[in-house]
Amino acid sequence: MSKPITGSKIRPLEDAVSENLETGCSAAFEGFTHLIPFAAAHEAIRQNAQDLTLYRMTPDVIYDQLIGAGAVSKLVFSYAGNPGVGLLHRFRDAVENGWPRELEIEEHSHAALAHMYEAGASGLPFAAFRGYIGADLKRVNPSIKSIECPFTGESFSAVPAVQLDVAFIHAQRADREGNVLLEGIVGVQKEAVLAAKRAVVTVEEVVDDLNAHPNACVLPSWVLSAVSCVPGGAHPSYALGYYPRDNGTYLEWARISADRDSFKSWINDNILQSTPSEFGIRVSKFASES
Amino acid sequence: MSNQCFSRDELMVVAASRALANDDVCFVGIGPPSAACNLARLCHAPDITLIYESGTIGTAPDVLPLSIGDGELCETALSTVSVVEMFRYWLQGGRITVGFLGAAQIDRFGNINTTVIGDYEKPRVRLPGGGGAPEIASFCHRVFITMKQSKRGFVEKIDFFTSFGHGTGGDHRTRQGLRTRGPALLVSDLAVWATDPESKQFRIESIHPGVTKEELEATVTWKVEYAPGASETPPPTKFELEVLRDFYARTAEAQTRLANRSIDA
Repeated sequence: MSKPITGSKIRPLEDAVSENLETGCSAAFEGFTHLIPFAAAHEAIRQNAQDLTLYRMTPDVIYDQLIGAGAVSKLVFSYAGNPGVGLLHRFRDAVENGWPRELEIEEHSHAALAHMYEAGASGLPFAAFRGYIGADLKRVNPSIKSIECPFTGESFSAVPAVQLDVAFIHAQRADREGNVLLEGIVGVQKEAVLAAKRAVVTVEEVVDDLNAHPNACVLPSWVLSAVSCVPGGAHPSYALGYYPRDNGTYLEWARISADRDSFKSWINDNILQSTPSEFGIRVSKFASES
Repeated sequence: MSNQCFSRDELMVVAASRALANDDVCFVGIGPPSAACNLARLCHAPDITLIYESGTIGTAPDVLPLSIGDGELCETALSTVSVVEMFRYWLQGGRITVGFLGAAQIDRFGNINTTVIGDYEKPRVRLPGGGGAPEIASFCHRVFITMKQSKRGFVEKIDFFTSFGHGTGGDHRTRQGLRTRGPALLVSDLAVWATDPESKQFRIESIHPGVTKEELEATVTWKVEYAPGASETPPPTKFELEVLRDFYARTAEAQTRLANRSIDA
């Protein structure tokens, strides 16, 4: 079977977001500490995304911003902290006080959510795994069920597949056809893209040749909806080979997000009044550190 | 305490590091466990395999990572696998000998809460949640825990079972179908606790130098039991302290270097 003729998938980020993210859809902005698609999430906030059901294993600062901006009605997650720093204040304010809106949560463990992404990518309705033994999440989350092994009779936990309308990820490079290469900590991004109807990738640069080794994590352009070149688009997370994690900004987020007013003022100055090209400026000072 | 040249926090990390062996394959939890695991690698266990849930296998960071997925971890690792592979093959597959966890609340049977304080539906404090911990606690051959002692943390009854330890003790773990040993060691800033082989309750194995029984018992809400022959925790050696302080100094220096770049720009 020949691959479909795609034409160029390379699009400006503004168009890639407006063409693929709709009110009320299910989406994931994935990236496990590394390659987190901050530029795409900020564009979603600028475009006033609403009523999203968001998935993410580690809804750290990026989802704290989306939740605080009022874009999210439901969150499916497995660890909601600012890694190494502490709690997420906007997430807490939504869960504890319903600000700026009520937030429904569906909580899992990492192992479960990783399996759920894999099931979604595999076209299966659920995943079975040996998890949640003695854990209270099984008691409070009705989407965690049990299933008996047809061979041994042993009981396993069953969790529903992640099925997304759209996945957003960030990667190091794309070639001119829009094939994408991810290197380093690759998290669940391949699974998220393959579990989604549409996928948008921001990249550090577009090159003539990916120079990928045979086992590299490459996503062919024909599974992607759009590729946008946004240098620095993962800041304050990092892109291996381009710039390091800006830990200072993660530490600073604890202060900015601690109250509603300082959060709103930060969002206004750094997202609403900003553009994707600002990301390149933010990381330029770190570039030689990686 | 006045004649001691180390802090209780330093002794906590050192005592925790000593529990790890050179041939261990250790799943490293976020926060205090990460310092202990790396100290072990830099002192007495140079060949230990450290694994972080971001997928890094056999990592050897030169500075302490802030998160479980800092670039340092990937760049110094033998190999980096996807998160799905990490949890399916390496953890669920039973390849990991020790899981090293922190906690917000713990009970005397090593059950851990990192999810909520108060009721799940209407929490008083919403904590980050389980992350990798529920299955780390199930599938690593043994579980070590390190956290500071306080009445809020060392509780008779945890508010939420994020990660199952020994349940209500005895053979509860086996009855749940778990074949791994579960929580075996708890290292705090005041003492080293080990699991009683029968009751599966934590008992004091050793008290840190300068800590009184009164102080120890005043920071725990359950009735403290002492193992026969409970002793004093050996203080850090000069070498252990030097290595730990160098590690922290390198980490601080790296952070300052990055922060200065941010200011210069």
